[in-house]
Amino acid sequence: MNAPQSVAADAWTVAGRTFTSRLIVGTGKYKSFEENAAAVEASGAEIVTVAVRRVNIADPNQPMLTDFIDPKKITYLPNTAGCFTADDAIRTLRLAREAGGWNLVKLEVLGEAKTLYPDMRETLKATEVLVKEGFEPMVYCVDDPIAAKQLEEAGAVAIMPLGAPIGSGLGIQNLVTIRLIVEGANVPVLVDAGVGTASDAAVAMELGCDGVLMNTAIAEAKDPVMMARAMKSAVEAGRMAYLSGRMGKRRYADPSSPLAGLI
Amino acid sequence: MTETAQEAMISVHVNGEMRTVPGGCSISAMLESIGLNPSKVAVERNLEVVPRSSLGEVKACEGDRFEIVHFVGGG
Repeated sequence: MNAPQSVAADAWTVAGRTFTSRLIVGTGKYKSFEENAAAVEASGAEIVTVAVRRVNIADPNQPMLTDFIDPKKITYLPNTAGCFTADDAIRTLRLAREAGGWNLVKLEVLGEAKTLYPDMRETLKATEVLVKEGFEPMVYCVDDPIAAKQLEEAGAVAIMPLGAPIGSGLGIQNLVTIRLIVEGANVPVLVDAGVGTASDAAVAMELGCDGVLMNTAIAEAKDPVMMARAMKSAVEAGRMAYLSGRMGKRRYADPSSPLAGLI
Repeated sequence: MTETAQEAMISVHVNGEMRTVPGGCSISAMLESIGLNPSKVAVERNLEVVPRSSLGEVKACEGDRFEIVHFVGGG
């Protein structure tokens, strides 16, 4: 069996929907819709996050994201970016559901502008309401195994802990808590936010995450399309490394060449 | 509100801006007058989502506050 075949067969499922790609990409911060569409294509992503914003009524004929990234081919995951209360996030997603007809959504309720750290009290409250209204929320959260459990109990269909603050590109700061979340969860776990380069994505996958969500790492690369390709490879490499079962770590050297037969 | 023989114009708020539309026009007609395709946007009227299927029937009323949104790039 060669590697690409095994990756293709290694699908994952969230809220009853099955995907082959474990990379979810954002659609913000690109220089143009064309560049954005090319990066999505290169990433192999089957899900993109999108924001819900006012239509510019002064210029209603502006090009729209949906003209460049076809929602019939790529699953749109509406987010609640910019919402600082449960009420605002719920209101946004009710509109998103009407705009797109999708119940699968990304919930994020932020605590403050400086760190964009999630407000878990509001996030949990919003999760409970959304689940009651028939939404299937994938939830951005702190890298806290207890908070992750509480979200799962509230009906989150995926747990999406931050690796580092949104847009920071610092890489995964707490490997231990991400791994604890993975071990404790019965729903998919995706690292959402903090990835800066390909090795960060590989680390997330080597920890056993089901996927990775990123935006800035691709959009702010000098060559976003090439970085998108790098991220695709990194996610696949990290996943295969995880599935293959890495070697144990030793404190000292262990020669790779046989000691017997030395001259 | 008194009805006049002529179609009275009414004032509504659309995405925070005041707009004048013919009284009794449907939300669909209002969207089209702004130049928007009703099938590409979602509409909230006075904080309640208006289902797309009823945009042709629900009428704009004086002082209504509309939010008209769509999907844009985001992370």
